[in-house]
Amino acid sequence: MTNVAMRSSAAESAAPTQSAILNKLRGRDAIFHMLTRIAALGVLLTLGGVIVSLIFGAWPALSTFGFDFLFTASWNPVTEKFGALAPIYGTLVTAIIALVIAVPIGLMVAMFLTELCPMALRRPIGIAIELLAGIPSIIYGIWGLFVFAPFLQQTLQPFLISSFSSIPVLSTLFAGPPYGIGILTAGLILAIMVLPFITSISRDVFETVPPVLKEAAYGMGCTTWEVMRNIVLPYSRVGVVGGVMLSLGRALGETMAVTFVIGNAHRISGSILAPGTTISASIANEFTEAVDLMHSSSLVALGLILFVITFIVLAIARFLLMYVERQR
Amino acid sequence: MSIDTTTTFRDSFSSSGKMPVAKDSAGLEERVLVRNLDFFYGESKALKSISVPLYRNKVTAFIGPSGCGKSTLLRVLNRMYELYPKQHAEGEVLFDGANILDEKQDLNLLRARIGMVFQKPTPFPMSIYDNIAFGIGLYEKLPRSELDGRVETALRRAALWSEVKDKLNSSGLSLSGGQQQRLCIARTVAVKPEVILLDEPCSALDPISTAKIEELIEELKDDYTIVIVTHNMQQAGRVSDFTAFMYLGELVEFDSTEKIFTSPGDKRTQDYITGRFG
Repeated sequence: MTNVAMRSSAAESAAPTQSAILNKLRGRDAIFHMLTRIAALGVLLTLGGVIVSLIFGAWPALSTFGFDFLFTASWNPVTEKFGALAPIYGTLVTAIIALVIAVPIGLMVAMFLTELCPMALRRPIGIAIELLAGIPSIIYGIWGLFVFAPFLQQTLQPFLISSFSSIPVLSTLFAGPPYGIGILTAGLILAIMVLPFITSISRDVFETVPPVLKEAAYGMGCTTWEVMRNIVLPYSRVGVVGGVMLSLGRALGETMAVTFVIGNAHRISGSILAPGTTISASIANEFTEAVDLMHSSSLVALGLILFVITFIVLAIARFLLMYVERQR
Repeated sequence: MSIDTTTTFRDSFSSSGKMPVAKDSAGLEERVLVRNLDFFYGESKALKSISVPLYRNKVTAFIGPSGCGKSTLLRVLNRMYELYPKQHAEGEVLFDGANILDEKQDLNLLRARIGMVFQKPTPFPMSIYDNIAFGIGLYEKLPRSELDGRVETALRRAALWSEVKDKLNSSGLSLSGGQQQRLCIARTVAVKPEVILLDEPCSALDPISTAKIEELIEELKDDYTIVIVTHNMQQAGRVSDFTAFMYLGELVEFDSTEKIFTSPGDKRTQDYITGRFG
């Protein structure tokens, strides 16, 4: 160690040009350090700026309505009575419908791709799923409004209404009339949109299961289903949950497609066939019309709430993924 | 180390031989008979016309340099290779008179009857108790009390019971490598297979754990037909009754372990066991 130090000091004194070069390089390094730091801090500042401006913009509404804002269902620009309950309800319910449908299907597709699919089909299906993720949301919206909603109006919705009309709770949940658009339609569109996320993340975490572990299970005489159910899923559960959370974040924030098909009605209905609204759909729909301070401030407050919800979901996802990393 | 090759045949396990089984003068019974087996990874031939008997209640060791096809042969015996496309076997592997390479062979049943322990310990991501109970539950629906008994028996069989009896509910992954491997053996034994395949079961273990596993193999052969693949020739010498030397996909020599290690018939066998190559 001392030897090295002596040698380097000897070299410096012997060749001043070399130390000059080193100094120059050190200077460049300092600039590089500064640039990267500014870039990184810039992200933080932007995020902080967004939060501060959201709070600032939402303040008139929040200070007027207080916590009641969260629990009030009325949204009346004429009387300037605003409450976020209907959009929060719509946001959560559509996201839940989306996950209830997309999670099992996504997991099944991922299982098929990793365990059962013949090699020749693996790539085409994988690519198709990734393309599904690449379709812009406006296309889902317009397709949902002009093709999917009328289709549901004539097929699925009448079927649901007539099938469950005599069963107590379900008759409320699936009460008519079949509008075509509504909470359920929005949930279904969201399900299609988040399906690729769930599938590709699950496929990736399924592939982290050591082949020898699967062989050991097959070696005991397990069927493919038993291996998936008892070995692969438990082994990769945290990663799968992380993927589901990321999809949930996507479903909560999705704006365009939902705005097209949800009906945009500020009300909470017992039936999931009825029109409703979500936070992002309300904002997108009403921002141009919100001329009063209280109206626009309430919309910003909605944005703040969505931000908080998404932040919590993403934080949980991050936390779970960190946990799975640590387990390895 | 004396190797007893004249142990009388013990019928400790119910046999259901549909075909008359061959017994030679020493009382050996062929439990599995490999006949003219070829194996292919895609185009390349990994096993060339292998014929070898596996005797009941004996330990048969497969030795040979890396890539000689030992593990491949093992993976044919429970048709593990079927999990991967482009691998296929030709020839016959007779087990109870039926060819297990037959298309109609039920793979789940076959793998329940021919258990396997892998090179690296592979505890399932569940508790120690469930690791054992899971395999049993695949074939038998037992009441809890009976299941408890079976789990205990299996763990005792694998000489693991005293070490884990107080923490049956903790994860199988929390055990040490040697304990995990014995857990895997217990798991294999618990489903009551007839043949146990061991694929370098000690290569990831320390000498003490290795000794425990070897002791276990010695005990298990009273009830099972055991096949072990090993890189460790001393181990083959210690635990096996019969040894097969494989080289480049061919079975060079098969004989009693004593014979192979003292007076091998083939020059290549001699070179390998004396450490001249491999």
